Amino acid sequence: MIDQIVLLLNDYTFQVVALGTGFLGLLSGVIGTFATLRKESLLGDALSHAALPGIGIAFLLIQRKELSLLLLGAMIAGLLATLIIQVMSRKTVVKLDSALSLVLSSFFGLGLVILTAIQNNPNARQAGLSNFIFGQASAMLRRDVQLIAVVGSVLLMLVVLFWKEFKVFTFDPMFARTLGFSSKITETLLSTMIVITIILGLESVGVILISALLIGPSVAARQWTDRLSLMMIIAGVIGFISGVMGTFISSLAARIPTGPTIVVVVSFFVFISLFFSPKRGILANHFAYKKRQRAFMKQIRSLEEGKG
Amino acid sequence: MDKAEAIRVDHLTVAYDAKPVLWDISIQFKKERLTAVIGPNGAGKSTLIKSMLSFIQPITGSISFSVDDQQDRAYKAVKNRVAYVPQNTTVDWDFPATVMDVVLMGRYGHLGWIRRPGKKDKEIAKQMLLKVGLPTFASRQISQLSGGQRQRVFLARALAQEADIYIMDEPLAGVDMKTERIIMQLLKGLVRQGKTVIVVHHDLQTVKQYFDDVVLINREVIAEGSVKEAFTEEAIDQTYHQDRNLGEGGHPS
Repeated sequence: MIDQIVLLLNDYTFQVVALGTGFLGLLSGVIGTFATLRKESLLGDALSHAALPGIGIAFLLIQRKELSLLLLGAMIAGLLATLIIQVMSRKTVVKLDSALSLVLSSFFGLGLVILTAIQNNPNARQAGLSNFIFGQASAMLRRDVQLIAVVGSVLLMLVVLFWKEFKVFTFDPMFARTLGFSSKITETLLSTMIVITIILGLESVGVILISALLIGPSVAARQWTDRLSLMMIIAGVIGFISGVMGTFISSLAARIPTGPTIVVVVSFFVFISLFFSPKRGILANHFAYKKRQRAFMKQIRSLEEGKG
Repeated sequence: MDKAEAIRVDHLTVAYDAKPVLWDISIQFKKERLTAVIGPNGAGKSTLIKSMLSFIQPITGSISFSVDDQQDRAYKAVKNRVAYVPQNTTVDWDFPATVMDVVLMGRYGHLGWIRRPGKKDKEIAKQMLLKVGLPTFASRQISQLSGGQRQRVFLARALAQEADIYIMDEPLAGVDMKTERIIMQLLKGLVRQGKTVIVVHHDLQTVKQYFDDVVLINREVIAEGSVKEAFTEEAIDQTYHQDRNLGEGGHPS
């Protein structure tokens, strides 16, 4: 067993994939913190599903698996979906949640139709387009990891640079506008960063599960701290560990899919944090409540005794 | 005797969909006065404020601001001279931030893009916390604040903007007596320093005691002017008891 693990850790493919999913988890954790705090968790889910037809159409156009072009297609589809959701919920009587689920399912449906149709094309089968649905991290190449690292570094730098603007816009967007910061610039920048993060994760985690990687780490991190900067760092660390651990577990045996394993690890962190965190955890709250109850009962009793 | 105006609203009409919420509103908010905007629910008080701050595009009409060295400017040109205090229910108080973080946001407008708040900004923020009676709260988590404390934190944030005109949406809604006293003292102090303060207010009982000027609106301006002249039984009656049927229903204020 131990030999097997050592062998695995030294395996080049494993190292590449683990590093790639680790970076991806780190980035998702950091950027996802804004999505969680802006209460836009569902938007990420809709965007990732909406990316699928973009991949299919991009492949139809170029007829080979050129990852960067496929992801460009995914991004265009994702941004188009954002636009449709915004127009639907602003200009018409459709509520945001209806707009989200409508766009999510219709784009995803279209994506499935296109993907199924082009499966007859031997080229497409070979390209493994259906892997985008659940993700296939083992398909990750060194190049892909480099792409994640470079794009990810740029996004992280933007977070540091526009920290103050993102913070005030996430907390109080109305007030931020009265300060003279353009909401168009800030919102567009932030949404684009979220879309890019999702797109980067499509290949390894897949369109269905990537939003869990985006939201999970920050939800878990919120339980452990009351500071935005620390929350973001913890979310990044949880994301990174989840990526590496998920890849490791799924490599122990054949046919364990990586993307879903990563999401299971993230969920484990969320579960632990929700229940066991010292201040905000469900257990801590329960005990605090019991303690207050006991103190109150004691007070009542002493009052009654005083009377009697 | 009349003071110059700080904000002039000229023939403003605002509608959501086809229903007018504000109809041909013209108001002059005077400089160095404490003005209450009064009216029933759905009268368009918040809409008026949001139009003044360019959150809402009016159908017709114009709004101009005047501060010491700049006359008749669009809101955009004097943004940093105008501080806005939104209703404190509009934000998520479980946001991971301290009281200091929130008050410092009042300095962001002066800093501009990218630059971070420095020592001087933190000093100003601390002073403002002292003024609103929360000097020991700087590192307190905002989720632990009571309603009145939240409102005072928002006020401190506005004070940190060091503006000339303060526009506040129901700062006294749901606050305790102690907070109400502190806030009113502060607002009167601002006016004494030559600032202009405009407050959306809901309590008719306290208007005479608290304010210099009053604007009574219910979709239209019913009365405006000094509290003595404009805040009459007749005008109040007209504002609250008459169904001013400019299209029914409509959005809440």
